[in-house]
Amino acid sequence: MILNRTQTNGISTDRNTRSSAHHYTASKIAGGNINLKKRFRIGEFIAENIIKGVSFISFAVIVLIFIFVFREAAPIFSPAKQTSTTNTELVQETYGEESSTANETVTEQKNKSVESSGSEGEATAQNLLGKEWQPVSENPKYGLLPLIVGSFKVTFIAVLIGAPIAILAALYTSFFAPRKLREFLKPAIEFLSGFPSVVIGFFALVTLASLFQNLFGYQYRLNAFVGGIALSLAAIPIIYSVTEDALSAVPKFMTEASLALGATKWQTALFVVLPAATPGVFAALLLGVGRAFGETMIVLMATGNATLMSMNFFEPIRTMSATIGAEMAEVVFGDTHYNVLFFIGSILFIFTFILNAVAEFYVRNKLQKKFQGTA
Amino acid sequence: MKKKIIGWIFVFSTAAATLLIVSAIGFMLFEIIRGGWGKISWEFLTGAPAEGMTAGGIFPAIIGTVLLVLIMSVAAVPIGTITAIYLSEYANRNSIFTKLIRFAVNTLAGVPAIVFGLFGLGFFVQFVGGGIDKFISGDAQLHWGQPNILWASLTMALLTLPVVIVSVEESLRAVPRDLREGSLALGATKFQTIIKVVLPNAYTGILTGAILAVGRGAGEVAPILFTGVAYFLPHLPSSLSDQFMQLGYHLYVMSTQSTDVEATIGIQYATALVLLALTFLLNFSAVFLRYRLRAKAI
Repeated sequence: MILNRTQTNGISTDRNTRSSAHHYTASKIAGGNINLKKRFRIGEFIAENIIKGVSFISFAVIVLIFIFVFREAAPIFSPAKQTSTTNTELVQETYGEESSTANETVTEQKNKSVESSGSEGEATAQNLLGKEWQPVSENPKYGLLPLIVGSFKVTFIAVLIGAPIAILAALYTSFFAPRKLREFLKPAIEFLSGFPSVVIGFFALVTLASLFQNLFGYQYRLNAFVGGIALSLAAIPIIYSVTEDALSAVPKFMTEASLALGATKWQTALFVVLPAATPGVFAALLLGVGRAFGETMIVLMATGNATLMSMNFFEPIRTMSATIGAEMAEVVFGDTHYNVLFFIGSILFIFTFILNAVAEFYVRNKLQKKFQGTA
Repeated sequence: MKKKIIGWIFVFSTAAATLLIVSAIGFMLFEIIRGGWGKISWEFLTGAPAEGMTAGGIFPAIIGTVLLVLIMSVAAVPIGTITAIYLSEYANRNSIFTKLIRFAVNTLAGVPAIVFGLFGLGFFVQFVGGGIDKFISGDAQLHWGQPNILWASLTMALLTLPVVIVSVEESLRAVPRDLREGSLALGATKFQTIIKVVLPNAYTGILTGAILAVGRGAGEVAPILFTGVAYFLPHLPSSLSDQFMQLGYHLYVMSTQSTDVEATIGIQYATALVLLALTFLLNFSAVFLRYRLRAKAI
């Protein structure tokens, strides 16, 4: 480590070994990467620590997201007391004068939920696993199941369509395309990632939806299929670009060895390079799934937003992200509905967080080991 | 023979997939340009919406978008640049702190936009804004504790932070080591070297990062949905605590929430075209700058 450091500073190594102990203490004082003979300078020390402090913001933001998104979601897990107060608030706000009838309905509702759940817990936490999402009815139901199914369904369609296309295109770009074409293709496809998602959503809404309805003749104009196709347009650039990087990171000698043994170009691509880059392709898929799963505007505009739970790809669906996007603006702050929306947000966050973490650690380590092992 | 056929099918399918993507991009571009071109005029770009949004222009939305990305850049570019300086100049590759920062940057890049929106609402609007209100007025009078352009811009800044960091770090690493060593050998301190030698040589990279961030920020809608954007405002935002209109949100509202979608279809296409043109212009210039940067580095 010290060796590395001195090399980057361009100082001869013999000096380093002579005074490595000194170096250690000096680096301890100044907090990092300094020259051996350098004396302690207060200005440098302050500058470095300010820079270090600012760079800490990125990490602090992640922690803050965790804290604040979960904090707003937390009340739905706290015991009955909390929820019952929000319930009465709700009643006062929505029904006003006809409080007697409203109170009746609420007590009814409470009785019901107590009966059905059998615990002292209340509507929300029990309701979360339900199959109905009706947050603004007299007897609100916060069943997340249709939303979760919707999210997974549309992500599945998007990745099922987008991933093969993106991976094949990456193979074409890095193996078969003529040099001139390659220089055009890579920026062109990555250009797609510059499309604002709301524009893709709009395109799906006005053009793709009618086009596909005419082609396939299904019943609902906006549905999971249209949303999935539009979403694949958002997922393709990221899958393509990460796959392409992984393919070009495969050491040249592997390709050359394969070709020298008499394999053709396509055999080399399919049987040597693609397997070697598998962890990278896997990472690309994970990132693509994360992108599709968290995307809001496209699904909000193109999937029809009906909370149906079916396995039919041509029926409207509603995703978790779209639900937050559509309903957050209309809820009462601090209300149960508000908390549930934040809870959905936390699920989204955790899910994408895990995907990224897996892509980051597991896959990258594996890729490195693989190439270092062979090299 | 059979193998040869498989090979052909394989090569053909890769080419077909590529063609499919490129033609999808072309089709999308074509449709939006075709639908919006006729509607674009000076009046459209500089007029306010009229007659219940069915006529008039999108001037307030353009101004809102520009203000949003400007305030966003003021926050995101310095923080992103300094983080990139740390990662490229100071960070010890193997220290836990560095790994933590890198992991955070990568994670931040993968957090869904809508989660940033929730965070902006929970943290900036309610916690920070509400806190300021309580501190100033003492009671529950809302001034900062409601969605406005400042909170929306800051939320957007967090979203674009990774874009700036990655781009600037790349440009810092492209500055030849000889320059740094020459400066250090002449007796300059590390900080002086960074300020006077490394940064001036990396300014195109910083600019690229800023432009990419602006392009990203101009196109995103989800983070500002509940942190400050408004459907319609009679006047332009005049202070940081005002709400604002934005192109992407305008397009979303017009195409999904409007009572008469058909009447505004021309405006929708034109808005999409303006938004697309704006983000493309920004991305193009970033790509161009980056190309020049790379050419120079080699």
